[in-house]
Amino acid sequence: MDTAIYALLALLALALAFGALLGFASEKFKVEGNPIVDQINDLLPQTQCGQCGHPGCRPYAEAIANGEEINKCPPGGQATINALADLLDQEPMELDDEHGVEKPPMVAFIREDECIGCTKCIQACPVDAILGAAKQMHTVIADECTGCDLCVEPCPVDCIDMVPIATTTRTWKWDLPKKQTETANLIATDTQGELV
Amino acid sequence: MSSNPSQGIPLRTIHEFPGGVHPGENKEQSTRTPIATPPLPNTFILPLNQHSGAPAELLVKVGDYVLKGQMLARANGFVSSPVHAPTSGTVTSVGMHPVPHWSGLEETCLVLEADGKDQWCELDPVADYKTVEKDELVQCIHDAGIVGLGGAGFPAAVKMSSRKASKIHTLIVNGAECEPYITADDMLMRERADRLLGGIEILQHMLNPQEVLIGIEDNKPEAIEAMRKVCAGKDAIEVVPVPTKYPSGDAQRLIWLLTGKEVPSDARSVDIGMLCYNVGTLVAIYDAITEGKPLISRVTTLTGAALHQPGNVEALIGTPAEHLLEFAGIQDEQFDALVMGGPMMGHTLDTTAVPVIKTSNCFIAASREEFPPPPPEQACIRCGMCADACPLSLLPQQLYWHAKSQNHEQLHHHNLFDCIECGACSYVCPSSIPLVQYFRAGKDEIRFQKAKSEKAERSRQRFEQRQKRLEAVAAEKEARRKANAEKARRAKEAKAAAGQSAGQNSADTSAADAKADMIKAAMERAKAKKATRAAGTDVATASSGKPARPQLSPKQKELKIQLSVVNAQIKKCERAASQAGENSSPEAEKLQADIDKLKQQQTQLKAEFEAASAPTEAPAKPAKAELSADEKKHKIELAMARAAVKKAERAVTTAKESDSDQLQTLQQQLEDKRRELARCEEAV
Repeated sequence: MDTAIYALLALLALALAFGALLGFASEKFKVEGNPIVDQINDLLPQTQCGQCGHPGCRPYAEAIANGEEINKCPPGGQATINALADLLDQEPMELDDEHGVEKPPMVAFIREDECIGCTKCIQACPVDAILGAAKQMHTVIADECTGCDLCVEPCPVDCIDMVPIATTTRTWKWDLPKKQTETANLIATDTQGELV
Repeated sequence: MSSNPSQGIPLRTIHEFPGGVHPGENKEQSTRTPIATPPLPNTFILPLNQHSGAPAELLVKVGDYVLKGQMLARANGFVSSPVHAPTSGTVTSVGMHPVPHWSGLEETCLVLEADGKDQWCELDPVADYKTVEKDELVQCIHDAGIVGLGGAGFPAAVKMSSRKASKIHTLIVNGAECEPYITADDMLMRERADRLLGGIEILQHMLNPQEVLIGIEDNKPEAIEAMRKVCAGKDAIEVVPVPTKYPSGDAQRLIWLLTGKEVPSDARSVDIGMLCYNVGTLVAIYDAITEGKPLISRVTTLTGAALHQPGNVEALIGTPAEHLLEFAGIQDEQFDALVMGGPMMGHTLDTTAVPVIKTSNCFIAASREEFPPPPPEQACIRCGMCADACPLSLLPQQLYWHAKSQNHEQLHHHNLFDCIECGACSYVCPSSIPLVQYFRAGKDEIRFQKAKSEKAERSRQRFEQRQKRLEAVAAEKEARRKANAEKARRAKEAKAAAGQSAGQNSADTSAADAKADMIKAAMERAKAKKATRAAGTDVATASSGKPARPQLSPKQKELKIQLSVVNAQIKKCERAASQAGENSSPEAEKLQADIDKLKQQQTQLKAEFEAASAPTEAPAKPAKAELSADEKKHKIELAMARAAVKKAERAVTTAKESDSDQLQTLQQQLEDKRRELARCEEAV
């Protein structure tokens, strides 16, 4: 009988000790915020365009963490969806057309002689990529522009265009070799094209 | 005895590197004749980016006459290189032009029309380099636009100005030239061994290495002979023949061959105390220091089955390739593809209009039999021949699978970025898989993703900073609003207390009521205005896509402003008059007179405004332009007088409020000011 009591007491003592340890650890090593939100936010393209229906990339990251669909980001495109699916262990899905289609990278361009200097686009730009002052001509800092489109709408004189970023010899990149399907003579002994 | 170079030279161990291939050399076609000088072309095309690093910055403009050797564009940043005029002539245009680049895209080029005089600008050689500081020589080399002529085009001065360059113990001179077809370095060593030695000695003076090793593949016996001849008696310089094997001409492979040391993956040769220079670069350095000549020409091999007279030429930078091909007797019926560089690492060019640039060591005008189209890609059979051929002991087969599936993590894991893209794996692949293209695509994709995520990170920071700023501004506004509200509340309380103690409150309340009514009316007016404007805009947007804005001439605007000012003054006076009337002050009559006067002014202004609106803008503008200096002066005086009147008025009202004893003097002043204003108005 004594043995049973000692055993129970010992277990109780251990339980208390470990409970205290765990309680201390949970306070001491407390994680601030939701770490998954940061991870999701890192995968989003940070254009801050709001096409997903959220005011910026971080709010969308928070929404995804709370169970929203991952296919609402047109600037990120399929690559972002795949990365998010990978992170969240979901099936990759198609981009939701409702929020826009995947476009080549764009940059805003102000037709400077038409600009009246109203500063509306400056206020709309989420990344402060437009330079100018009231009644002064404005211009876009092309390197900082995320191509989010948000400055186009507020312009009262429609002098902002979204232009695709031209490929130069510095930004050009090699493509994977194309499958030579057009030369495929489908003769079993002389197969042209790739066998997979 | 000692002149026999094979004697007296200690045997050096050659450290074989793994892998490598032995493609057909095809070098004999272009070594039969000495280096020729083609005739001067009429037009030169000079890309601003002929080197690795930032493109050069233009110094001349279209229409400028330039002399041979004059700097046309200066280095833009640390890793950059200037561009010089290859002959004398006129700059005819600056614009996009096809350049020798993988992509076939165009780049900004400067087009120079030669005048045929080929007149040098004034050159500034270093008289005796041994008496000159190293830094000054580095600057000379930099200003001469010298870049690595072996292929990558890395600015030569950048390598030697590294801090670690003070600890160089071995200088490697790269004369291996392992790539098939190319013989530019071979011919250069045969014919210009003395100048090459001069270049080596300059670098010996600058870097002070313990030894200089000249690595030359043993398929160039004439070059080895020539170099040994000039280097005889030089203790620190050694000519080392290396076995012919592709890619021994890669700088790091050559370092391995000659010293047995391997440059770490994330380091450069300078980190292990070595520097490697191509033979052509050293000759260019010699010319730049002793003769002051910038890099405006290079030895280029012209070869290929479609050329009647293949050989090497001293080509001026910027010469169009077609000019050189014509000189070498191109046979159009044979000509199929133009390749810049060798068959292993070179690339085909879409057009023969591209210029010779600083890194153009070879042009191959190939026939179809010589370079047939690549056989179709077959499936990988995992034979492992690529891994045997890889000079870096990478696993091309694994890299191939991961590149194909875009598995970037695994590509990093298999050291994709150590790949030198030599093409040995593609060369041996029995399934004819273009492996190097897979690796290049993989590298570019990884770089692209990296740049993209860096940009995203920057955008995120900017966005967050902006949010913070906006919040701070909003908080500040809120605080100010609260402070104002607090102040107003206190003032009201104080006033109420004062009013009660004075025992008169009826006038105050009625005035406050009137004020509230007026504010309400104004708000309603504004609302109505806004609504009409919105409606108007909607209509305008629907019809033209652009909001319609009334076009006012400057004159009209001015009148309108004056009109509103007068209106405001009338209102103010009226208010003052009503107050004065209530208090039965003697001012009332005078104020009434003022109001009448202002009203008169108002009608006059209205008439003027209508008159200005009626005709088109055209007559309004010249009218403004016709203002003489006198009129302007009057106008300015008028504005000043007006401001003074306003000020005086304000002072009077304040004085009234505080029952100051200065009221009389202030009123006197106001009268004076008003008179002055009337005088000014008359003058205008």
